[in-house]
Amino acid sequence: MPILETQELTYVYSPGTPFEKTAVDNVNISIEKGEIIGVMGHTGSGKSTLIQHFNGLLRPTSGKVLLNGVDIWEDKTKIRDVRFQVGLVFQYPEYQLFEETVFKDIAFGPKNMGLSDEEIKRRVYDTAHDIGLSEELMERSPFDLSGGQKRRAAIAGVMAMEPEVLILDEPTAGLDPAGRDKILSHIKAYHQRTGNTTLIVSHSMEDIASFADRILVMSDSKLFCFDETVKVFSRSEEISQIGLDVPQITRVFDKLKKQGMDFGKEVYTVEYARNLLLKRLAEREAR
Amino acid sequence: MLRDITIGQYFPGNSIIHRLDPRFKIVITVLYIIMLFAGGTYIALALGAVYTVIAIALSRIKPKMFVKSIKPIMPFLIITAVINLLLISSGEVLWQWKFLKITSGGINISVFMIIRIVLLIAGTSLLTYTTSPITLTDAIERLLSPLKKLKFPVHELAMMMSIALRFIPTLIEETDKIMSAQKARGAEIDTGSFITRAKNLVSILVPLFISSFRRADELATAMECRCYNGGAGRTRLRQLKSSARDYVALFVTIAFLAAAIILSKIFA
Amino acid sequence: MSNIIEINDLHFRYEPTGEEEAPPEVLKGIDLSIKEGEFVAVLGHNGSGKSTLAKHLNAILLPTKGSVIVDGIDTADEGKLFELRQRAGMVFQNPDNQIVSSIVEEDVAFALENLGVPYEEMRRRVDESLKAVKMYKYRLHSPAQLSGGQKQRVAIAGIIAMQPKCIILDEPTAMLDPSGRKEVMATIKRMNREQGITVVLITHYMDEAAQSDRVVVMDSGKIVMDDKPEKVFSQVDLMKKLRLDVPQVTELAWELKKAGYDISPEIISEDECVEAIIRLMSED
Repeated sequence: MPILETQELTYVYSPGTPFEKTAVDNVNISIEKGEIIGVMGHTGSGKSTLIQHFNGLLRPTSGKVLLNGVDIWEDKTKIRDVRFQVGLVFQYPEYQLFEETVFKDIAFGPKNMGLSDEEIKRRVYDTAHDIGLSEELMERSPFDLSGGQKRRAAIAGVMAMEPEVLILDEPTAGLDPAGRDKILSHIKAYHQRTGNTTLIVSHSMEDIASFADRILVMSDSKLFCFDETVKVFSRSEEISQIGLDVPQITRVFDKLKKQGMDFGKEVYTVEYARNLLLKRLAEREAR
Repeated sequence: MLRDITIGQYFPGNSIIHRLDPRFKIVITVLYIIMLFAGGTYIALALGAVYTVIAIALSRIKPKMFVKSIKPIMPFLIITAVINLLLISSGEVLWQWKFLKITSGGINISVFMIIRIVLLIAGTSLLTYTTSPITLTDAIERLLSPLKKLKFPVHELAMMMSIALRFIPTLIEETDKIMSAQKARGAEIDTGSFITRAKNLVSILVPLFISSFRRADELATAMECRCYNGGAGRTRLRQLKSSARDYVALFVTIAFLAAAIILSKIFA
Repeated sequence: MSNIIEINDLHFRYEPTGEEEAPPEVLKGIDLSIKEGEFVAVLGHNGSGKSTLAKHLNAILLPTKGSVIVDGIDTADEGKLFELRQRAGMVFQNPDNQIVSSIVEEDVAFALENLGVPYEEMRRRVDESLKAVKMYKYRLHSPAQLSGGQKQRVAIAGIIAMQPKCIILDEPTAMLDPSGRKEVMATIKRMNREQGITVVLITHYMDEAAQSDRVVVMDSGKIVMDDKPEKVFSQVDLMKKLRLDVPQVTELAWELKKAGYDISPEIISEDECVEAIIRLMSED
């Protein structure tokens, strides 16, 4: 059984007013336990609206969201529990920090879940470790942290709820390359430890190319495609047409193909490109 | 939820009402309010109603929007009406239960008051519906500019007002976002007991304040970088020019006001 | 060509707050001169001092030691502050927090209103600036209706309306999506090329730096590299040590070179890379 599923999910903003807009149009997807999914789409494509349905922040205008096979809106009073099972980290999450200490802020979610103090403590320290925040930072004010640390503390605040599904909306937005790589590697570490399903929203294919199992692309409120990473990259030209960034290296190989040099493979990381070229060059020399 | 606030909303358009000089529109609105209150008879209100209907028709804004503008004050209207109904005792007693009684005078005054308030809201809504807040601020600044001589900080107030207007949508959006983010961490904001809700409010207000301070700081720097130095020696891109139609509108309004007062006197 | 920006031995530290000992220096002796019309990108990881440097270029910050001269004006000369800020305009990271007015054209006019420019000239300059950033048809819109990239272009128009000689942009694309970034970069390049405005672009996107004439790399308050983009990026090892990236094409060329193939590591554009691979594959 898929862990998360949508059935004909449709969401209309401000229905019946001049501002009416269908933000999500008849989307059917299903996500298996433990997968890492990349979610892409330009601003206004509906991807943010879509992910806010997964934890019940938005209620579908029509259609269903199923979590472990159960319609999350079946019992309205249980919607808060859905939010503990599907954790959502918003864009620029550091702007929601508010507690006196980093510990208390990370503990806010687990506390709302009504966990015991001991369990809360364990979770806060475990996630802080996953996300790379040292223990001596725990008693500091979150506002004294560096930009990158704030971001990670805020992400930890959702991870500490240990949701079955973790969704991160552009976790690397506005960071420098070092900060970006750090966050992504910590997210990977968390995924490895917990094995929890993880969805990462990003504008940049470069960010998610190397570790997403599948990529979901939204365009113009509709599901553009949802497929294995390699297969999505084979449509790189269409992807850049809908306003998304294709890795530079993929564009190079697309251009090579146009000029008659077809490597017959989808290239989206430098490492892969290097190995591919070295192999071909060695083959040529052997001849 | 937060997006549904319509008071002070502006509907862009190009009707004759939209194109009136905002300074005239403000003065006319003041005269209109005087008309509703100075008359004090149904005749004055009828004139006010005619005037409002004509103005709304000219503005080409859907009448539905005016109904919407009255909705938020409905509870207030009903409560005042009920209080008036029960407290005023004059004329014929129509209904009585213990010390409560309803009289024809009470009904008369309640109905009168409801009509007056509805007209008041509809008329002033017309001003905000057809004039962008920023134009309105600008017009107020210019109407008040004689006060500058008395060292009254007219420019500063107008600047504050226009910055507030500029950032209201931004901060509403931000509040929405922070609320969603805290809800995603299980904060109960729409549900739960009053105490939990109040506690959870902190998780929204702290980030909102911090972000507002950050924005204010960045905005101040950006303004300084663009040579902002208070109101002295400033010129304006927006030029307000009055034309014949502004004077026509003003005189029509004065005529209605005069008619309302005179007819009220005659038929009182 | 003469130098529009001259920085001599610039040191900067923030004033100590209260009784604490003096905080460490953020800038530790910067010497930099930039020629009129140049397009210079400044790279460096967070905390390297690149934004602090930018803030010295139009006197938001003043040197603790050393001097900054912009178009002949010493930034420490308080009497010439407005003149300086007119000649060296600044665009910031967050598009929302630098737009003052609720109407696009009035925001573009903001600086001109402050400077007391007469109406006719103001009108002309506002219209020209809006056309230059291709936002003229949005002149009566509210900023809330615009995308991030469009807002940033409005902010740029607000600066070029002052007719500056130099624009300093502090991570102007950091908060934008790919299409917004492209719009803004195209606008910046056009300003530089068509109007000859000197551009200092602070960024952490390597592909943006690759489009400049010159790349300055900062690390812990000092300039550590200053050269043409292809020269800077070809030093992949050093860049990685400085916690910076290089364009993917440069990294690929560098990897192939390391493996013993005859390929220039000074490749920074896709077309150069395509060409080099074709050449490499067809060599005998």
